[in-house]
Amino acid sequence: MNLTLHVWRQEGPGVPGRMERHEVAGVSPDMSFLEMMDLVNERLVREGKEPVAFEHDCREGICGCCSMVVNGAAHGPKKATTVCQLHMRTFKDGDTITVEPWRAAAFPVVRDLVVDRSALDRVIAAGGFVSVNTGSAPDGNAIPVPKEAADVSMDAAACIGCGACVAACPNASAMLFTAAKVAHLNRLPQGVPEAARRVRAMVEQMDAEGFGACTNHYECMEACPKEIPVRFIAEMNRAWTKASLSAESAAADKAGFG
Amino acid sequence: MSRKRPPLLSTIGTKTTMAVTGLLLLGFVLVHMLGNLQVYAGREKLNAYAKLLQDAGGVLWVARGGLLAVFVLHVVSAFRVAAMNKAARPVPYVSAVPQVTSTAARTMLLSGLVVAAFVVYHVLHFTLGVVDAGNHGHLDAKGRHDVYGMVVAGFRQWPIALSYVVAQVLLFFHLAHGVSSAFQTLGVTHPRLAFLKGRFGTVVAGVVLVGNVSIPLTILLGLVPCGAC
Ligand code: HEM
Ligand code: FES
Repeated sequence: MNLTLHVWRQEGPGVPGRMERHEVAGVSPDMSFLEMMDLVNERLVREGKEPVAFEHDCREGICGCCSMVVNGAAHGPKKATTVCQLHMRTFKDGDTITVEPWRAAAFPVVRDLVVDRSALDRVIAAGGFVSVNTGSAPDGNAIPVPKEAADVSMDAAACIGCGACVAACPNASAMLFTAAKVAHLNRLPQGVPEAARRVRAMVEQMDAEGFGACTNHYECMEACPKEIPVRFIAEMNRAWTKASLSAESAAADKAGFG
Repeated sequence: MSRKRPPLLSTIGTKTTMAVTGLLLLGFVLVHMLGNLQVYAGREKLNAYAKLLQDAGGVLWVARGGLLAVFVLHVVSAFRVAAMNKAARPVPYVSAVPQVTSTAARTMLLSGLVVAAFVVYHVLHFTLGVVDAGNHGHLDAKGRHDVYGMVVAGFRQWPIALSYVVAQVLLFFHLAHGVSSAFQTLGVTHPRLAFLKGRFGTVVAGVVLVGNVSIPLTILLGLVPCGAC
């Protein structure tokens, strides 16, 4: 296959970038999108030019490193697929493809297609830990976990933190990510003691990072390689409202915790 | 941890304010529509209903004040959300292709602003009698404000009827996304209530559209008798 690529090039954080055109020849339909990018980069290196910087690690759809908006869709046109798992057979010979980084104030561009997604880590960190006693191993089944809770928590935990939800959202909102991380712990009995504090702290951090406000376009769910449902966002909205209105939260604020 | 923003001003707090005020406004729109549909019951019914509201006096002013406060909160929250979301993506995509979102969802601020402009025009028309002043303030045979005559004479002028129809079409788009969106924002998750987040918004918006648009249209087509207007 022969393709025309328009790739975002940016020398570093805060400097203006631009789209750069590349003609790519000899692309195999069996290549992944990243392997096609490797092809481009090998040629650039041979020509003594700077290769296109992009993030990747596992290349099997589980680490959440790869992050490219391909033809206007986060992780490209295929549903439930990271860009590392997107194959070139999805495209046709002669296609023109645009490749851009995740765009959000909270995700500053490091170089070309690489963005700094530490904001997501700080949202997770704001959630804190679950209260478990360390020391000797707890007895098996000492805390009964309802099957439904385990299943739903597992669904939420499928989030790989890639940030595609933010990239796809017209508002650059991180609600789907935050909601998944909140539900992941709040749904389990072990996460219940800190549930109210957790949801408030994570939403506060999400706002402080400069992510937008959800207006229910549901683009996030469509882009999510793990198909996390937006039901978690409704769940987080309710949990946040309840927590914000609770007497315990008010007391914690007064005492300076929380 | 120091609290940077009061919860009400957070993203979710602002969205919640918008959802609650939006649903209150929807409640008003529905009741207002049912009241207006009495135009089909004739001059006697409609003018008696208008007099009932006028005679409520203090209660009417409290209701108007509450409605205005709700409206202002809704609009202020809308601009706040729009500003936060603009700031959240300072560099736009060269190519961004919407996959699932609707035109209605992407034009909420626009449809809202047209509705707001319409509300001002509507108050200037039927409440204050600035627009189409010649048909305002007449009395019927029983000495009541002849609302029926004012409405029928007003909508027999096609530019006025058309402006109402256009505004209602935009309100339809606003509600088609807004109502379903509000239930998601308010945290409805129960499977039995899932319909509220789905088709419900479009159905309610459709009912409001048909009910409200029917009045200027039937009058313009001469289907509603004028009597002595
Ligand atoms: C009759 C008047 C109105 C009614 C019944 C109404 C109703 C609603 C409802 C139910 C929502 C959903 C809230 C949510 O998304 O959670 C909404 C959202 C919204 N409204 Fe209104 N509204 C009205 C007027 C206005 C006006 C005058 C504006 C002017 C700026 C406006 C701007 C917005 C915006 C920007 C949203 C957010 C949309 C989104 O979620 O993307 N609305 N409205
Ligand atoms: S590189 Fe690990 S998910 Fe794509």
